[in-house]
Parts: sequence; C-alpha cells; structure tokens
Amino acid sequence: MTQAEIKLCSLLLQEHFGEIVEKIGVHLIRTGSQPLRVIAHDTGTSLDQVKKALCVLIQHNLVIHRVHKRGVVEYEAQCSRVLRMLRYPRYIYTAKTLYSDTGELLVEELLLNGKMTMSAVVKKVADRLTETMEDGKNMDYAEVSNTFVRLADTHFVQRCPVVPATENSDPGPPPPAPTLVISEKDMYLVPKLSLIGKGKRRRSSDEDATGEPKAKRPKHTSDNKEPIPDDGIYWQANLDRFHQHFRDQAIVSAVANRMDQTSSEIVRTMLRMSEITTSSSAPFTQPLSSNEIFRSLPVGYNISKQVLDQYLTLLADDPLEFVGKSGDSGGGMYVINLHKALGCLSTASLESVVQERFGSRCARIFRLVLQKKHLEQKQVEDFAMIPAKEAKDMLYKMLSENFISLQEIPKTPDHAPSRTFYLYTVNIPSAARMLLHRCYKSVANLIERRQFETKENKRLLEKSQRVEAIIASMQATGAEEAQLQEIEEMITAPERQQLETLKRNVNKLDACEIQVDETIFLLESYIESTLKRQ
Amino acid sequence: MAGNKGRGRAAYTFNIEAVGFSRGEKLPDVVLKPPPLFPDTDYKPVPLKTGEGEDYVLALKQELRETMKRMPYFVETPEEKQDIERYSKRYMKVYKEEWIPDWRRLPRELMPRKKCKKGPKSKKAKNTDKDTSLTNTADVLKKIEELEKRGDGEKSDEENEEKEGSKEKSKEGDDEDEDDAADQEEYDEEEQEEENDYINSYFEDGDDFGADSDDNMDEATY
Repeated sequence: MTQAEIKLCSLLLQEHFGEIVEKIGVHLIRTGSQPLRVIAHDTGTSLDQVKKALCVLIQHNLVIHRVHKRGVVEYEAQCSRVLRMLRYPRYIYTAKTLYSDTGELLVEELLLNGKMTMSAVVKKVADRLTETMEDGKNMDYAEVSNTFVRLADTHFVQRCPVVPATENSDPGPPPPAPTLVISEKDMYLVPKLSLIGKGKRRRSSDEDATGEPKAKRPKHTSDNKEPIPDDGIYWQANLDRFHQHFRDQAIVSAVANRMDQTSSEIVRTMLRMSEITTSSSAPFTQPLSSNEIFRSLPVGYNISKQVLDQYLTLLADDPLEFVGKSGDSGGGMYVINLHKALGCLSTASLESVVQERFGSRCARIFRLVLQKKHLEQKQVEDFAMIPAKEAKDMLYKMLSENFISLQEIPKTPDHAPSRTFYLYTVNIPSAARMLLHRCYKSVANLIERRQFETKENKRLLEKSQRVEAIIASMQATGAEEAQLQEIEEMITAPERQQLETLKRNVNKLDACEIQVDETIFLLESYIESTLKRQ
Repeated sequence: MAGNKGRGRAAYTFNIEAVGFSRGEKLPDVVLKPPPLFPDTDYKPVPLKTGEGEDYVLALKQELRETMKRMPYFVETPEEKQDIERYSKRYMKVYKEEWIPDWRRLPRELMPRKKCKKGPKSKKAKNTDKDTSLTNTADVLKKIEELEKRGDGEKSDEENEEKEGSKEKSKEGDDEDEDDAADQEEYDEEEQEEENDYINSYFEDGDDFGADSDDNMDEATY
C-alpha cells in the first residue's frame, strides 16, 4: 500500500472510529497479517483495547480473521475496503434514488453498523421512519421488509458468510476461530420471516429512562420475549453492485454527452439487460440481438425498428467503441465494451487534468501524442503547430509530472545515446495510476485542512452550540422575544461572520472530497479492469 | 568531426538536437533546492459542481460524520485523570448504546476476560443484580457450591485463554464509580460469570463479611 493510501486510511479510520481503532487499523494495513499479541506488543496498546478495536473493525468488514496452523489466529486488514468509507454518502444517495426513503435508510443502517440481521434492521428503519411521520401514523414492518427484499433481489445487499453448522460429534476442542463460509446461491436468499408490527415512536418519558446506560442489565433480557427468528443470518451492503451501477451511470451519461438522449437510453437498456447475465469484471457484456433490445426498450419510447437499427449502427461505428457489433444474427448482435468504455473515461479524465493544470496548448500536445501513440520531438512540433521552444518546454513539464513517458529505440546494440530514437508516448494505465495516487493525496490534504479549520475555531463552535441549546430550551419553556434576542446577542457580529466563513469553507472542502472521490472511482475501476484482463 | 575536442572539455554523448536544444544554446539553470511547498499555479481550478443532488450528498456526508461519533463503535480514547474534576464534565458525557458483538462469529481470544481482584465490592454489586446477598451465610455456601460446579466446566476454556493482567471492574454503572466514562467496558456484564478461582470465604475482608463467615473458614482466625 502506498504512503498516500495509508495516510488516507488513517484519517478515515480516525474520523469514523476514533484513535485507538485507527492505530490498530493502520498498523495492520502497514504490516499485513498479524496475531493478537504481536499487534498489542508492536503498537503499545493494552490487550483489552486491541480486542475492542479488532471487534469493531471485524464488524465493519474492514479486517478478516483466519486460523493459521498451530492454532494461531491472524488478522488482516483490507485497505481498499477502508478507502470505500469515503464513498458511503454516495451509496446512500443512490439507494434513495432507486428505492426512495426506505431504501435509503436501510442502506444507511447497514453501512453504519457493518452487518445486521434482517429483523434488526427492519425494526430500526421502521422506528426511524415513524419518527418522521405525522402524529398517530406508524410505519408498517411489512413495507420496510418489502423494500429489503427488493434490495436483496437486485443484489444491492448480500448475506455475510455464516458459521458452518458443526455436528456434535466433533471430538477435539472447538477451533479458536470460526471459519466463515458462504455459497453463491445462498448469498441473496432472504429468510422467510413474518415480521409483523409497526414502528414505535420514541416518547420523551422513555428517553429519560433509557438515557442512563443500564450497565448492569444484560441487553437481551430487557426487551425481547421471543427468540430472533433469523438469528445468525447477517446482511451487508454489496458495494460491488453499487460500483456496477455507478459505472453504468457513467457510461450512459458519456454517451448522452457525446451523442443524444435516445442513444443513451438504448445503451441504458442494453446495460440493464446485462445486469444479471454479465459479471461485473467482464470486459464486455453478453451479446444482445437487436430484436431483444427493441422488445426491452422502456414503454414510453416508441421508436421504430429501423430507427433503432440506425442508432445501433451509429453507436458501433463511433471511434470511441463503446458499443461493438459481434455478429449479424437476430438483426445484429451488439455488445457493450466495458473495458474500452472505462479506458475512454479515464483518458478523458487525464486530458482534462492536463488541460486544467498546464493549459490548452499542453492539452493539444497531450491529445496528439495519445492519438499518434509515439512521436519524436521534431514531429510533435510539426504536428501540433507550436513553436519549438514552447513545445519543448511543455513536453518536459508533462514529462516531469509523469503524464508522458519516453520510449527509447536504439539503432545500435550498444544503446549509444547519440544513435537512439527517443519517442514520447502516453502509457495510459501507468498515467492513470499516477493520477489515482495524486487523488488519494488530495483527499488526504482536504481532510487534514478541514480538521485544521474546525480545530482552529473549536472554541467558537462550542460557544455557538451552547447558545443554540440555551435558545432551544428557552423556547420550549416559553420565553419572550426580548430574552431570546438577548441570548442571541451573546454571539457578536464578527463572531457570526467567522462562523459563516468557517461553515462555507467546511462545506467547500467536503464537496471537494466528494467530487475527487468520483474521479477516484473511475480510475480505480479502469485499473481493476486492466488487471482482470490479464 | 573529432569526437574529443581536448581533455577536460565537455562533450555530449548523444545528439543534443534530439532533445531539442540547439548547439551552443544556454541550457536552463541547475535547480539547487527542492520545489516550493505551495507552488503558484498559473491556472485556477474549475468551480465545483452544484445542484440538488450534490447538496443532498453533502448534507448526508456531514450527518454521517456526526452520527458515527455517537455510535458505540466509536471507541473513545481514555483521557488522563485531570487534577481537578470539572463539574460540567459529568453532565457533558454522551451516553452511548452498548454493543455486544456476536461471539459465535469471532475468534474466542477476542472475548473480554476479567479477573476480579476487587472481589467483594464488585461481587456484591453484581449479586444484587442476581438477587443474592453476600452478607448471608447460607448464600455464601450456595455460591461456593456453584463455583465448584462451574469451575470444572470452564477449565477447558481457561486452558486456551491467555492470562490477562488485572482489570478493574469499572462498569458497574454511574452510581458506583467516579471513573471516566471511557473506562467503562462496552461488553455486557453477562459475559463475566464466576470464572475466577477465588472462593469467597478466603477473602479476609472483615468489614463486609463480619463474623458471619467464620463458620466456613478452613483456617482459624486469631
């Protein structure tokens, strides 16, 4: 793992789980698989805290445990999974667009808690939804269950691996750690539960009673009278499916930008048809015949068969090669080239970065080298129609930042520099990795800056929170306007100004993180697809 | 053309024109220090995307951050003891729900094990939970029998566990301790059964036990 990734993981873990978990997590990411005692010894934390941290990390699917020979249990961190934490808001928003508020809250609860049983998550979401509804109305469990089943059917949530049921004839002592297994066909199987009930509104009297931690009372004797029917079956959010959805969205919007709405709808239909049949890592979808596509077009679209065929031919002839023609049966068999599409999108990101950093003339040179693959210094100047001095300057600037690389072609076996061709070229996977690394660094910088800003103004933030609390309590007990005014004036005008600036800055930094994460997703998908092709 | 123009004279080993410098031209200066930490950029960055979707995701992100801090998974760092205990600290503690992991899915070594050194105080508190009282002789006898029975069953577990350092039982709730909130264990007390090897009657805590437990002592009192 690169230093930039480790730094970013450290910041994310610290923000979400606190310093102790961060220390353990980063140590595991750095050093790989380790047993419990070694972790405690190397990090200098007490065994108890290490255990707590590991439980939290395992619950959130960030660390896995494995039993090695001689009965030693080792723990391994999954760095890429930690980096996903940056994308949680985007997953939740996607669930909202697809399955509205219920879906949004279901995915949110699953992401916040790592893994949960279906009954637990349905109950929690029903309670939350009831809070937001008008007085007297309650959310029915059945409705929430239905949405959950739909999420499972479309593979957005999946079952976690389970403890295999061991027979009692096992002679030896139980293993130190269970080996969790899951079979492909069980992964999306929803248990037959009949969850009957309605969400409960949390009354204020209850809140006082449950406000103090009842440390003495064991948790499960307080509420549950019956045993949980789906005990042991845990669900987690299926991030790969979300990634597939994002990738499809990116391709469709690219086609819409390049051509028009109708062609993007056709591509969307094709992608939808291949959702279940094609695995997420395939380089292209299964071939679809033009007749099938025609039948599956959304109901509102009435374009004739000939128009559809024309669009498909147009898409297949496009130099970007998003859609390819793989045969002529059934009116023409068409595939979507997922790998090529991701490559195009990454290249577009690279071009855009070059343009915004170095200017449009540099971008022209960059696109030229991309198109012609290998060019000599002289040829670059001629083709780009840029004076030699400037062209040289720009090429070296891009070379130093590793967007462009040099390819040596020796004329003689002794590789003498005076008798070697030096060609400029763009190596797209390598440049994409470089850009991805820079993105990780950017996000880490953004998070650091945001934390710095918040820390600088901590005193002011606390003061404003206290004032708000006072105002709220006074309003609840009924106070005059004049008193409220007085309390509000506790925050002076310049302080208010400062708070405004702080809020604006923090919002901007947060928005930046979200948008850099979109680029990260694109580049990561592309690099992943290049790895799988080998 | 002669390759060497004389000793000590600089000569390029390659064709300088290939990299774009003409002969005799002044080469750029040698850079003697690292590039600046915050270099000036010629081109200002493009403004961020705005819109309803983006605003919603931003609000989600900030809410998520706040919610995470209140979840039981956020492990607070134990603070050092302050010299003066602030009155307000007691009222600013955030009460978190407890979380018990599913122990069947986790390695057994991760379960918390407690060896009670402070026997009587914590045991008394725990036993009020289970409706027994240690001040009664008969109950003490019963406890000893229970312990002996359980002691055999748990031996096999104990063999595989590591012996832990002493742990204070600091999670008996607010009414007992003034310890920091951070020291409270998040794992519930039900995990701690009477696992220790100490038999009650061996404790020489005269105040609580008084003369009642004299009957059961194997050693004579003086």
